[in-house]
Amino acid sequence: MAAGTVYPASEPTRWKYLDRIRTRPGPYTDESTFDGSVVAETMEKMSILVIGAGGLGCEILKNLALSGFKNIHVIDMDTIDISNLNRQFLFRQSDVGKSKAEVAAKFVMNRVKGVTITPHNCKIQDKDEDFYMQFQIVVCGLDSIEARRWINATLVNMVDEEMEDSLKPLIDGGTEGFKGQARVIYPTMTSCIECQLDMHAPRAAVPLCTLASIPRQPEHCIEWAHVIAWDQEKPFPQLDKDDPEHITWLYQKALLRAQEFNISGVTYSLTQGVVKNIIPAIAATNSVIAAACCNEAFKIASGCAPSLGWPENNYMMYSGNDSIYTYTFKHERKEDCPVCGNLARELIVDPEWTLGELVESFATRPEAQLKKPSIRAEKKTLYMQSPASLEEQTRPNLEKKLVGELGLGEGDEIGVTDPAFATVSFKFRLKFQKA
Amino acid sequence: MLKIWSMKKEQQKAENAEGTAAGGKKKKVTAAQLRVQKDLSELSLGTTMKTEFPDPDDILSFILYIEPDEGMYRGGRFSFTFNITPNFPHEPPKVQCREKIYHPNIDLEGKVCLNILREDWKPVLNLNAVIVGLQFLFLEPNASDPLNKDAAEDLRSNREGFKRNVRTAMSGGSVKGQTFERVTK
Ligand SMILES: [Zn+2]
Repeated sequence: MAAGTVYPASEPTRWKYLDRIRTRPGPYTDESTFDGSVVAETMEKMSILVIGAGGLGCEILKNLALSGFKNIHVIDMDTIDISNLNRQFLFRQSDVGKSKAEVAAKFVMNRVKGVTITPHNCKIQDKDEDFYMQFQIVVCGLDSIEARRWINATLVNMVDEEMEDSLKPLIDGGTEGFKGQARVIYPTMTSCIECQLDMHAPRAAVPLCTLASIPRQPEHCIEWAHVIAWDQEKPFPQLDKDDPEHITWLYQKALLRAQEFNISGVTYSLTQGVVKNIIPAIAATNSVIAAACCNEAFKIASGCAPSLGWPENNYMMYSGNDSIYTYTFKHERKEDCPVCGNLARELIVDPEWTLGELVESFATRPEAQLKKPSIRAEKKTLYMQSPASLEEQTRPNLEKKLVGELGLGEGDEIGVTDPAFATVSFKFRLKFQKA
Repeated sequence: MLKIWSMKKEQQKAENAEGTAAGGKKKKVTAAQLRVQKDLSELSLGTTMKTEFPDPDDILSFILYIEPDEGMYRGGRFSFTFNITPNFPHEPPKVQCREKIYHPNIDLEGKVCLNILREDWKPVLNLNAVIVGLQFLFLEPNASDPLNKDAAEDLRSNREGFKRNVRTAMSGGSVKGQTFERVTK
């Protein structure tokens, strides 16, 4: 393959070393599945999605383009801010205010010939499963846990036992200051982001009482202004963290309080940082984590070496706080994970049934055997055995028909819980069938 | 490309998994909703507590009533709003007292100083833990963790006087220049 490859005259050797890895098995290659004659072509045909075009995303896009991926999509809803320019190196001052996804795509396409990057300037939630279905691999460089949980749940839910292409490896990178992690998730097969939620301990909040009575640090004074003084004085109807006037109000409050307690260090920018929960971003951490993520993407796409994620280690944590430290381990899947541990099972239900009949049927169904089930649908509380007030409010539903009166449809999910099974909850997908 | 599908099939064979199929664009139950549902069905409220759901279909916001049957706050009826974000249980529920009360750990705006609502929250904790914590605040108000400093100082320096002030506040009187809401029946 390498011998026959024609390189553009301007960059004759750009792919030379990459092709040595792609065409020949190495010491760690599983030769029973590796075919060096097709790897480059496979990678050129596949589509890979990058979520986030910020600090990590810029690195990831550049790395993927230089790793031989030819068809890349990027999704980011943000526009470029001047403060991004120190580390989001695909952006220039003249780009401030423009879409991150669009500028990043254009920049990389300009520098790496033959690559197509399709930008999507929107939220990940704006796209549906058909959109996500077109990719073979998803790489995330996000700073929000909500967005990670959303894409994780979406990819887990998309796995269809009948359809091989429905299972998309999810490679997730994250950084916070000098720390970071790279992990690979095979949805429904390995521990997912929801299983691993406890790995992201929310940043330790300061006890409210410390803020109220004994502040010790400038941050405590700012938090006090933000959490307590604002509510007491309500200088503006609603706090807008992007409004300089609001931040100035908080800054001045915090400054007075700091003087009262002889604390120094309250500044406008610290106020902004604390209120907006900004953790200083370190460009080098982003590079290390993005490189680890793209390395995994390359290994999965090429099969040249075993990837993170299967069958053992799936999580690599990195810390640059005190020299350099990495630790790679296997995060176990949680049996009671509400996203992957408990995928919706099919439940055959008579379309004529009332909710009461469904509730009773759970006691005798071998797959459930629930004596006191509480049942909810996506947006409707059908019947809750407790607490008492909710039981009373939902009791009238027991008389109602599932189809029609309660608005349930084929394929809808219901969540079923029972105090007898404290550690599990069940999800069922309704399938209506006449008895 | 790695042979992910054959890895999955092998895993399933090994686990002898029963049909765990998912798919389709149907209405899905979210992780936070399911977790709250589970927590609610395990609540043990006893006789001193009650819940109220303004919209039973929205289980992420409700009101909890506590009527302590012992301690200094006996005979009062206190209510708390619970607001749970879609990020639950990663984030603690937001809890606020609806009445203006005289308590060292609850300020005049209703903010509650309870460690598991803030710095000590963990996803393994549940709504029951929060409710037990709130109940405990009425049995054992804590002067060393003050949110209402005047009340804390009062409790520390003169426990009997503090008790009297609690009774005054609970019946709608004024303490130290602040008028409180009547919470007794
Ligand atoms: Zn999971």
